[in-house]
Amino acid sequence: MTNHWTDIKNANVVMVMGGNPAEAHPCGFKWVTEAKVHNKAQLIVVDPRFTRTAAVADLYVQIRPGSDIAFLSGIMKYLLENGRIQHEYVKAFTNASFIVREAYGFDDGLFSGYDEAARSYDKATWAYELGPDGFAKVDPTFQHPRCVYQLLLKHVSRYTPEVVASVTGADVAKFHQVCELVASTSVPNRTMTSLYALGWTQHSVGAQNIRSMAMIQLLLGNMGMAGGGVNALRGHSNIQGLTDLGVLSDLLPGYLTIPKESEADSARYVEARALKPLRPGQMSYWQNYGKFYVSLMKSWWGDAATKENGFAYDYLPKLDKLYDVLTVFDLMHQGKVNGYLCQGFNPLASVPNKAKVTEALSRLKFLVSIDPLATETASFWKNAGDHNPVDPSKIQTEVFRLPSTCFAEEDGSLTNSSRWLQWHHKGAAAPGDAWGDAEIIAGIFHRVKELYAKEGGKTPDPILKLTWPYQRPASPSPEELAREYNGRALADLPDPADPSKTLAKKGDQLTTFGLLRDDGTTACGCWIYCGCYTDKNLMARRDPDDPSGLGLAPGWAWAWPANRRVLYNVASCDPAGKPWDASRTLVRWTGEKWVGADVPDYKPDVPPSAGMAPFILLPEGVGRLFGADKMVDGPFPEHYEPFESPIAGNPMHKSPLARNNPAARIFKEDRAMLGTSEEFPHAATTYRLTEHFHFWTKHARIPAILQPEQFVEIGEALAKEKGIREGDKVRVRSKRGSIVAKAVVTRRIGPLQIAGKTVHTVGIPIHWGFEGLTKPGYLANTLTPYVGDANVQTPEFKAFIVNVEKV
Amino acid sequence: MAISNETSDVVRRSATETTSPSARKRLEVAKLIDISRCIGCKACQAACMEWNDLRDDIGLQEGTYANPPDLTDQTWTVMRFHEKELPPKGLSWLIVKDGCLHCSDPGCLRACPAPGAVVQYSNGIVDFNQDACIGCGYCQAGCPFDIPRFGRKDGKAYKCTLCSDRVAVGLEPACIKTCPTQCLSFGAKSDMLHLAGERVRELVERGYDRAAVYDPAGVSGTHVVYVMPHGDPELYGFPKDARISPTVSVWRSSFARGLGVVTMASVLVAGFFHWMKVGPVDPDGRADGKEE
Repeated sequence: MTNHWTDIKNANVVMVMGGNPAEAHPCGFKWVTEAKVHNKAQLIVVDPRFTRTAAVADLYVQIRPGSDIAFLSGIMKYLLENGRIQHEYVKAFTNASFIVREAYGFDDGLFSGYDEAARSYDKATWAYELGPDGFAKVDPTFQHPRCVYQLLLKHVSRYTPEVVASVTGADVAKFHQVCELVASTSVPNRTMTSLYALGWTQHSVGAQNIRSMAMIQLLLGNMGMAGGGVNALRGHSNIQGLTDLGVLSDLLPGYLTIPKESEADSARYVEARALKPLRPGQMSYWQNYGKFYVSLMKSWWGDAATKENGFAYDYLPKLDKLYDVLTVFDLMHQGKVNGYLCQGFNPLASVPNKAKVTEALSRLKFLVSIDPLATETASFWKNAGDHNPVDPSKIQTEVFRLPSTCFAEEDGSLTNSSRWLQWHHKGAAAPGDAWGDAEIIAGIFHRVKELYAKEGGKTPDPILKLTWPYQRPASPSPEELAREYNGRALADLPDPADPSKTLAKKGDQLTTFGLLRDDGTTACGCWIYCGCYTDKNLMARRDPDDPSGLGLAPGWAWAWPANRRVLYNVASCDPAGKPWDASRTLVRWTGEKWVGADVPDYKPDVPPSAGMAPFILLPEGVGRLFGADKMVDGPFPEHYEPFESPIAGNPMHKSPLARNNPAARIFKEDRAMLGTSEEFPHAATTYRLTEHFHFWTKHARIPAILQPEQFVEIGEALAKEKGIREGDKVRVRSKRGSIVAKAVVTRRIGPLQIAGKTVHTVGIPIHWGFEGLTKPGYLANTLTPYVGDANVQTPEFKAFIVNVEKV
Repeated sequence: MAISNETSDVVRRSATETTSPSARKRLEVAKLIDISRCIGCKACQAACMEWNDLRDDIGLQEGTYANPPDLTDQTWTVMRFHEKELPPKGLSWLIVKDGCLHCSDPGCLRACPAPGAVVQYSNGIVDFNQDACIGCGYCQAGCPFDIPRFGRKDGKAYKCTLCSDRVAVGLEPACIKTCPTQCLSFGAKSDMLHLAGERVRELVERGYDRAAVYDPAGVSGTHVVYVMPHGDPELYGFPKDARISPTVSVWRSSFARGLGVVTMASVLVAGFFHWMKVGPVDPDGRADGKEE
C-alpha cells in the first residue's frame, strides 16, 4: 500500500476493483465501514462477480474478466475530456508537461520498437526529449503535441463509453456513474482510495492494470493524500515482507536487483541503478544505490567483502535471463532441474496447469517440502482417485518432508499491507517434530558448508565466507535476524557536516538508512528496514495514540521506510508547501523545515521554492503518467485480450500481433495448450472465498465446516441453457484438464454482451484439493493456462476460458 | 445451557407455577444486527462454535453459500443468503444472520411442558436447560422463527444462548466480539434501539427509503433486533407479523389446563362408577390366564 489500512477511513470514495476485501480481508474491511459511517463515503465495486464486497457497495458494475484496462482508460478519457483533474497537482507533480521523443509512436495496438520474433520491444523511443543540459524538456502549458498530456489524451480517446461497454460488458449508465463519482475526488478536499489485490495482478496485463489506477490517482491529485493512494491488499500475512526481503528470483533485499550477466563489475552494476536526475533540483534518491548495496554485502560477507573485490560482487549470482517460477517449472518439465526446495509453497496448486506441474515434479531427483501442512505438492506422487490420478510406480522423485512451525508457534515480525513490521510472540509450542524455518535452513546451510569445506567445488567462497553471527549457529533467533537486517555501524561514523561529531559509534544499531555508507563502514541486511530495531525493538511497539486523528498511530509497530505511514506525503501539500486540504494535514512546510504528524517523505530542510518534486525516488521527481521505459509492454496501458479469450481477435485492434499482450512471454508448448472460443466459449475466473485461506484452512475443522465441499458458480441463464440446477454436479473443462464440482446457480454472475456476442462467466473458487479435512476435491489449477504477466510473470489465473456440462 | 448461578435472575420458567426469584433485576440487553453492514464472513459462526465448543459435521455443498445449510444442535447461528432484485440498487445479496431472537414473550417457554427447561433471565435472555429438557419438540412448535433444533444423540433442544455465560460476567457474546464490520452490536436494549434508529436514518440518506427496525411487537419485542435496509421482513425470511401460534396459546392456556383437570376428574369419576358397578379387576380370573 502507498497508504495503510487505517487510512481507508479517510476516503470519500472507496474504489474496489481487482479485489474483494470483504471476503479476502474482512478485518481490514472494517475501515471501509468507518469511511462509510464517518465520511459518508461511497463504495464502488467493479468486478466480474457480484461478491460479498458488492453486497455492501453503493454501486456495483459487472465487467468481463481481463477487461479492466478498457474500463480504467474510459475513466481517464472522461476525466481528461471533462477537465475533471486536479490541474495544479498534475502540472506540478506529474510528468504531464514532459515532452516525449518524436520517434515514439503507437499504431494498431503496438508501440514503437516492436520485435515480433523476440516478442519484445526496443524501448529506446519511449523516452523524454532531452535538452542540451541533459534534462528533459517540458511544456507547462500542455500545448506541445508531444507532451505527455497530449499523448495520453490521444491514447485514451479511443475508449469511448460505447467502446468500454463493448469490451468490458459494463452497463453504460453505471459506467457514467462510476466516472462521476471518481471525478468528484478531483477537488483538493475529496479523495478516493483504490483497493486491489490479485484480481488485478493475475493477468497477462497485471502490472498495467495497476498502473492505470496509479495514473487516475495522479490525475485526481490523490497520491500522497490521506484517504488516497493505490493500495495493494496483500494475500498472505507476510507477503509484503517476502517481497521487501527480496525473496524473488531477480531481487535482493530492499528492492535492489540481482546483477545481470552482462554487468562485469560492481561499479557498472551500481552506476546503471544510481539514476541521475532528469530535471534540475530533483533528489533522485536511488543515487544512493551504492550505499545500500555495499551495506548489504557487508552484512552478508563481513570482512570478506572489501573495496578491492567490489564488496564481494563476484559472490552474487548473475542472471542470464529471468528465473521466475514459470521458467523454473518449465525447465523442470524439460528435465533440467534436479532438486527443488519448496518452503511454505504449494506449487501443484499455485503454479498453473497442474498436469504440467505434476510432470515437472515427476522429473526431479528430489523434492524437499518445508511446510507445517501436508500439502498437495508433497503428495503429488500419491494417487487420490480422480482428484489426483497419478501412478506412483512411475514416479521416482524422492520427497523429503520437513515439518515446520506456523506463524503462531514462533516469535518474529510480519510485514502487513500497510508496510508495518509488527512483532509477534509465540502463542503455542509446535506439534510433533516440527522445527522453525530458520533452524531448518541453518541445518541445510551447515551441511552444505561442510561439503564445500571437505570437497571444495567451483565457487565455495559465497558459502564458506557467509557471515553467521548467531549465538546458537543451529538456531538463529528472530531477534538476531531482525538486528541484522536493521544494520549496524562497523566503525565510528563521523557527521559529514561536522567531522568532530559522531553520528553512530562502532557496533551501534543504526537508526536510519540515511546513515548508510558505501565505504564498508556500515552493514545492513535490508536498507528499507533500517530503523526497525535500534537499541530497542520498535516493531514491538503497541501505542495506539493517534494525535492527528488520521489513523497514523506513529507509535504502533514500525512502518518502512523510516516509520512513514503515507508514501509521497509531501504531495499532500501544494507547491508552496501548504496542505491541499487542511483537514488532512500529514506534513507541511513551516518556513524553515518540513514537519507533520507523519514523517515527511522529503529532505527535511529543502524549501518548496527549490522546486524539488515529491516523488523523490524517481529521476524526474514527478509521478509518471507516461511510464517511459520502465515497463516492458508500453509506456501507456492498453487493452489486450487475455491469452485465452471468449471472443476472437481484439475489439480495439486489427493486428493479430496485438490480440494479446505483445510483450508477454509464453512458451511454445504452452501456447499449444491454449483453447479456442469455439471449443471453450465461457470466460472463467478463479478466486478465494472468505471461509478459507488458500489451501491452508481446509486442514482446520471450523473453516472446513463453514465451506465443506468444492463448487463452481454459474449464472442462471447459462444454467438454464445447460439444464443445471443448484447442487448438481458439473464438469468444467479447459484445454488443460477438467474438474467436477457442485454448481451454485446465481444471478450474481450474469451474461454480458461483448463485441456483439453473449459471454457467460464461470466462477471457480480455488480452495479444494486432495489433502485436508474438507471433502476431497480437484485443484482448480487443473484448468489454468501457463502464461504470466509481461512484467512480473504473475500467472493469468483470473481470465481464461472453459466449457461446462452437467455430469 | 443455562448457568446455575443465574437462577436468582430467572424471571420466568417453563411449566412452573411457583413464584420466580425476583431479588435481582439486571439491565435488559439486546444484540443489534445491522444487515446493511453484514459481509457474510461467517466469523460469528466460527466464534459461536469456538466459544460454545460446537463442531457440526463437515457437510456437503448444496448449491448455496450457507454452510452448514441450516441450524442444528451444533450450529446455533447460520448466515443465510438471499438474492433479490430490489431498489435502489437492483440486484441485491441479502445476508442474514439467523438464530434465536430471544423474545420478550418466548413461544418456546410458553409451549414447553418440562418444568424449568426453558427460562428467561431478567436481562431478557431466553435459555434452555438441557438437563430438564424432555425432548418433546414443543418449543420448536412454539417458536415463531423456527429456531430450536434437537440433538442427534441426546434428543434435547438447543439454540443460541446469547452467550448468557459471557453476558453474566460482563462480556459481550462471542459473535459480537468477532464481528469486523460493526454489523453486530450489543448493549442495553434501549441503547441498541437508539443505535438502530441512527442506522435507519443513515440508510434512508443512502436511498433505502423503507429501512426499518425489526423488533416484532407480536412477541412483545425481541432481544435480538435487526436493521433491515429494505424494511420488509419477509425479504429476509422473517414473518411480517411474528406471533406465537394460537395452538400453543390454547395448549398452555388456563382453558387447556382447566380442560385437563376436567378430563382427569372425569376419568376418576368414571372409574369410581365402574368399580361400584363391576367391582375390582381380578387378574387371576382371566380365562386364558395371560396378561393383557
